Amino acid sequence: MSPLFYPEKDSWDWDPSSREISNIDQWKLDFNEVQEFVVSPDGQKVAAVVQNEDETFTPCINGETWENSFEKAWSLKFSPDGRLFCLGMNDDEWTIIEDDRPWEDSFEYVWNLKFSQNGKGAGANIRTSDGYGVLLNGEVWENKFVQMRSVELSPDGVSAAGNIQIEALSEGDVAKFRQGLWNIAVDGKPWDSNFLNVWDCSFSSDGGIVAAEVRLVSGRQTIAVDGKAWKNDYRAVWKPIFIPGSRDVVAPGLTTEGWKLLLNGEPLWNKSYNQIWRQTIGPDGRKLAAVVSPEFGQWTIAIDGISWAKTFGDVVLDPVFSSDGKRTAAGVKESGKWTVAVDGTPWPEKFGMVWDPVFSPDGKHVLAKAWRDDSYMLVVDGKITGPAYENLFDFVFSDDGTKLLIKCVENGLCFRKVIFSKDLT
Amino acid sequence: MGLPAIPIVSDLGLDETAKALNTEQIATVVNRILDQETAARFKVYLNTCVHCGLCSDACHWFLSNDRDPRFSPVGKVKQTLWEIIRKKGHVSPEFMKDCSRIAHTECNVCRRCSMYCPFGIDIAYLLLVVRRICHELGMVPQFLQDTVNSHSVTMNQMWVKQDEWIDTLQWQEEEAKGEIKTSRIPLDKEGADVFYSVIAPEPKILAQLIGNIAQIMAVAKVDWTMPSLDGWDNSNMAMYSGDFEIMGRVERAHYESALKLKSRRIVMGECGHAFRGAAYDGPKWLGWREPPIPLIHAVDFYHELLTTGRIKIAKKFETPVTVQEPCNIVRGRGLGQKLREIISMVCEDFRLPEPGLEHNYCCGAGGGTINCGPPWKTSRVKGNRVKAEQLAATKAHIIITPCHNCHSGIEDIISGYKLGMHVKFFSEILMEVMEVPDELKC
Repeated sequence: MSPLFYPEKDSWDWDPSSREISNIDQWKLDFNEVQEFVVSPDGQKVAAVVQNEDETFTPCINGETWENSFEKAWSLKFSPDGRLFCLGMNDDEWTIIEDDRPWEDSFEYVWNLKFSQNGKGAGANIRTSDGYGVLLNGEVWENKFVQMRSVELSPDGVSAAGNIQIEALSEGDVAKFRQGLWNIAVDGKPWDSNFLNVWDCSFSSDGGIVAAEVRLVSGRQTIAVDGKAWKNDYRAVWKPIFIPGSRDVVAPGLTTEGWKLLLNGEPLWNKSYNQIWRQTIGPDGRKLAAVVSPEFGQWTIAIDGISWAKTFGDVVLDPVFSSDGKRTAAGVKESGKWTVAVDGTPWPEKFGMVWDPVFSPDGKHVLAKAWRDDSYMLVVDGKITGPAYENLFDFVFSDDGTKLLIKCVENGLCFRKVIFSKDLT
Repeated sequence: MGLPAIPIVSDLGLDETAKALNTEQIATVVNRILDQETAARFKVYLNTCVHCGLCSDACHWFLSNDRDPRFSPVGKVKQTLWEIIRKKGHVSPEFMKDCSRIAHTECNVCRRCSMYCPFGIDIAYLLLVVRRICHELGMVPQFLQDTVNSHSVTMNQMWVKQDEWIDTLQWQEEEAKGEIKTSRIPLDKEGADVFYSVIAPEPKILAQLIGNIAQIMAVAKVDWTMPSLDGWDNSNMAMYSGDFEIMGRVERAHYESALKLKSRRIVMGECGHAFRGAAYDGPKWLGWREPPIPLIHAVDFYHELLTTGRIKIAKKFETPVTVQEPCNIVRGRGLGQKLREIISMVCEDFRLPEPGLEHNYCCGAGGGTINCGPPWKTSRVKGNRVKAEQLAATKAHIIITPCHNCHSGIEDIISGYKLGMHVKFFSEILMEVMEVPDELKC
């Protein structure tokens, strides 16, 4: 539940307490419309886009609205370092607004607001009269393109990449499409090669290399790294990831023997599966886990090629490692019910929905947010802990693991609670 | 007396591809597909067929083309697959052009013939194998291939750009608010009960349908969301062109989007083929036995809203109506009774089509056939005279079609046979008769 690094975490208030942040039910009386709530990483602020009396929209934070208001506003998000962003439009011009300050440039459209892993970079896709591009940390790419359908930020937030269309295509022009009109642009510069299709891409940990899933011709897909396709191709591939600190790329590929996990285009595990995806690198940068389907309709987690003994009939979500890399957990679904499986063993308690589990820093406990019977709950090692919440946001451990920050809504009130981890079990 | 000549239709996707192919290339592809991608089911179907021809009377193409045996289901298999197998794949490019014409444009893979086959052979599956071979050879009608190209790039079937999609939702939210003040289209809301997905013609040319659903959701007080990024289109023409790799990618995008938002179920708009792709073909290719999130067709959803009283009817629709029962949700899913129940709940004068329910005739547009585009429209409309006769016999004024392909296909039938009828989605009728509490009115 806390996939992003929170750079300011040490400076948060970690004194055990339960504090009301805002009476959000009151907002519903104060404004024409209150949209979805978001909570700052440190839990000190709760915010939502609201509609004013004059029918404009603006974010409201702890009951106070911004000075700026907009004809339209959406995509309200806190960055990992606690800044509040949204996308706003006035007079048919859109821009990014950061803590009530609109960025300098405005555009025909802005969407897909994203933050870098370290929380410092913020970027989005933009459309201008000159074409499509990226707005990153207030700077607009010089080059514009016929179309752009994604943006990925480097972990340090200083670079951006996304898939671009390099030439216009009339609808129905199947011959021109076959020539390959798609590419990746990194910081506005396209790779040397175009492809039939380009889908998701990833940055290396140092932000210096980009890998993407590409289609060479119909029925032949592979991974391209900085524009160069792997020498082998496959019937299909899924999104690649880099091994941290290296140029090595791992991606699933569909071979004649089934789906395999590939390292730089060569089989990594000596096994094939009915399906394999959601590959995840462990905290040591070496251990590798993935969701695999050893046979049709059966799903589990494999770690370095060794599968959990237990399989699940419906779904297995992303594997999550403990900080020492020795344990793994994942949200799983069987017979229509969700739960969490830890090291292959599912919790007996079942839910209507679960969120990705979180390990305590010492790896001894597993926590997850769950939903059942119209309430949210915190589940610790399979046991429901604490009250039923109207809403429960992400929870964060202190670095030393002794405390847990819970952000929740009870009886229309948004709370910030810091508790001792030892009291969880 | 010989059979009439099949009119020659010029199609860039077939004509240009044929020029670039040779028999050896075809044989290589055919044998790879038959060896590696078909299994016991294929062999059982081929070996079980006793060539009795009882499937013929099931097919609207056969019935509408004066019982021409070339349009019978078994006739289509005979002209394509049997010949391909007999020659071990060594067939000519011109022969493969005919295969594409037959499999892509003269069969709606509606599966009505399976009910008439004494052995229940899934004849449509055999024609899908022919389509798969055609796809692997690049032998796909131009406009169908263009639709698949769009899927491959945008994950939607009509080249809708990401900004256009979001902009359309925001516009339709405004429109809906002008009617019902609590209307919203919540984007990317996490943990909603309903993830609502549509097919691309809605944002592209029928945006008011999205505004309608925003109003219906507001009146029914449904906790719902739509995604701002790819995965919002539940349709899948790659399933029908034979491009299973793109089919899988599109279906994965749809489900991943809902999984990411932690939605508890997906409700999809009124489309039949999209239901098939999302409920069956897509998940199976990806390895899911069932959809990873429950998938509810609009007919099922409206049945829930009406029978639980979340939507009440102010005054029933009075104009006489009948229904086009979409193959993929009626024959394929058994939603026929629910469909009839919801129509009866909102319409005063509902005239049943005959034959009906799972025996209903296909609209003639499904199975990717209408996506083959203008070159094939004349033969498509000619190939469904029985549908025109069936609809005319009801003497209804409105035909309710809870499927986009049916909607367009029936419009062509109405126009081609001058029926003087009109087509509406169920949601359009519901919008006219739904009770809106005073406090929600603008």
